[in-house]
Amino acid sequence: MNDQKPNTFTAQPDERGRFGDYGGRFVAETLMPLILELEQAWREARADASFQAELDDFLKHYVGRPSPLYFAERLTEHLGGAKIYFKRDELNHTGAHKINNVLGQILLARRMGKTRIIAETGAGQHGVATATACARFGLECIVYMGEVDVERQQPNVFRMKLLGAEVVPVSSGSRTLKDALNEALRDWVANVENTFYCIGTVAGPHPYPEMVREFQAIIGREAKEQILQAEGRLPDALVAAIGGGSNAMGLFHPFLDDEEVEMFGVEAAGRGLNTGEHAASILGGRPGVLHGNRTYLLMDEEGQITEAHSISAGLDYPGIGPEHAWLNDIGRVNYVAATDEEALEAFQLCSKLEGIIPALEPSHALAHVMKMAPRMDKDRIIVMNMCGRGDKDIFTVAKHLGVEL
Amino acid sequence: MSQTMPRTRIDETFTRLRQQGRKALVAFITAGDPDLETSQAILDGLPAAGADIIELGMPFTDPMADGPAIQLASQRALAAGQTMEKTLAMVRRFRERDSDTPIVLMGYYNPVFVYGNERFLHDAKAAGVDGLIVVDLPPEEDDELCIPALNTGLNFIRLATPTSDDARLPKVLNNASGFLYYVSITGVTGTRAPDAGAVADSVARIRQHTDLPICIGFGVKTPEQAATLGALGDGVVVGSALVTTIAEARGKGGDAVAAVHELARALAEGLRGAAQET
Repeated sequence: MNDQKPNTFTAQPDERGRFGDYGGRFVAETLMPLILELEQAWREARADASFQAELDDFLKHYVGRPSPLYFAERLTEHLGGAKIYFKRDELNHTGAHKINNVLGQILLARRMGKTRIIAETGAGQHGVATATACARFGLECIVYMGEVDVERQQPNVFRMKLLGAEVVPVSSGSRTLKDALNEALRDWVANVENTFYCIGTVAGPHPYPEMVREFQAIIGREAKEQILQAEGRLPDALVAAIGGGSNAMGLFHPFLDDEEVEMFGVEAAGRGLNTGEHAASILGGRPGVLHGNRTYLLMDEEGQITEAHSISAGLDYPGIGPEHAWLNDIGRVNYVAATDEEALEAFQLCSKLEGIIPALEPSHALAHVMKMAPRMDKDRIIVMNMCGRGDKDIFTVAKHLGVEL
Repeated sequence: MSQTMPRTRIDETFTRLRQQGRKALVAFITAGDPDLETSQAILDGLPAAGADIIELGMPFTDPMADGPAIQLASQRALAAGQTMEKTLAMVRRFRERDSDTPIVLMGYYNPVFVYGNERFLHDAKAAGVDGLIVVDLPPEEDDELCIPALNTGLNFIRLATPTSDDARLPKVLNNASGFLYYVSITGVTGTRAPDAGAVADSVARIRQHTDLPICIGFGVKTPEQAATLGALGDGVVVGSALVTTIAEARGKGGDAVAAVHELARALAEGLRGAAQET
């Protein structure tokens, strides 16, 4: 192969925040100056070695990075095909990959002199991570959460309150994650002076998709180094679950120019892609504009946003990060889906075989690994992002299995 | 930009109002709220009730810049089956009897984008629409719809806000035409009352950058507020108060059409008072 890579996949977005035709800055005028200010501050921080050093220090001593790359030996034997490795971001402080991004944004907010942090949350993982970092730095924290999610994620609501955050239940629209995002944007418009909006995924107006990706790319950078150490070569496939897509983007991005590495983003097929009750924006949606960016969305023929469904509240969002939309269209990443049932099966198998209770989000990724690994030769390697732990999900799973706790 | 495109009903209206020494009442309602028939009756009667310009909201499930009143108006309209085609049909029917009152379609980008930008601009122009306000299309995204709209002969109304400082204003005013919509608060529609002193300072500052008429909105509810804020610019925009009146009248089993027109009349009266004071 030619060493020159004129067609690199890692040079996006352009200066307008576009990944191909996706992304952009589709926000109300009130927010435009704030977004431009954020972009400027982010560029400066990124070029500042002391910012990166501070972030690295917190990632090491507060989060517990690097997270291990673990060979799932019994699962590999059970499936009888490719070797399966887990990138164990579920071992991070707060139990998921969300904290990687939150720490970066909170350090940036401090640098910008912002004193009030707002966030949206679905499953509550991003809310807990934000509340955690705000507690650590003594910042006011307000988390918007759909009423429906407040009800089904009580343990995380209580966690956020223990951490000193104010949790605001959102009763507008469909009362889930997309409405929490709307409400956070409304808060930001009303509190422009002192407030920093800490978005939890690789979506929203530029520069959020790029910035969040950069904070999450530590997952992929570590995984690359670790697999080279363990196997002496790059993996054949990467697999990660996709809601908004931040854990997947973080794992994939450092490998995008490694042509031999195939990538699979696993969307939530809910009760099935043909039932209309799913959260698969790419496989079951089409391009539109919402929450500041153009991307694939779940909507009706009039462009009205429809409700997503997934057993996993963290995947229950009717959109996806714009970089994924682009990677889909150019064919660099394969987007596939797993149903609620398949994720539940993977959840139980992983618990029993590996002694790791996965969150329902990576259980979707694991469900796809279960489909692909047996069809691959034994010398092939899969790296899957175990992006969250399942403690928060035991109530949901028990309910689906008909067990009363 | 306004010099390069043909004059629209919006330009004509402000010329006439200036000659009469009057301020514009810009009335917002959501198309199809609470249902198509009632909404059409409200729309048709607004000019006689004193509205000089009408903003017709294109309902959307996720109106990020709107407060609860207009969110609920959108939800009522969508629940009653409102579509983009029905909204455009409302404008066509209105135009059968009124060829002077400007209509501005206001909303969010996704329903327009999904309808198809080219098809939308063509159909809107053909229906008798004069201008567009698309909340989530800032100047940075002008290639999407603003430039094509100007080329179709539709004004693309810009929003200036308290965060539009002197560094930002030229960007906002580039490609602006028709009028400038001054968002008088940092916040969503219909939530807090604007501070007249701060608005006066901002409008005076913006006047140094543009000759476009300036209409003030986002918190105007009463005839008294209309009078105070109207005196500071060339007009006021009232939306949340009107759609709340629809909801309340309907809740009490009253006549929503009459209630909205009554409030519009009172607001227009208030504005006439403002014109006399200046």
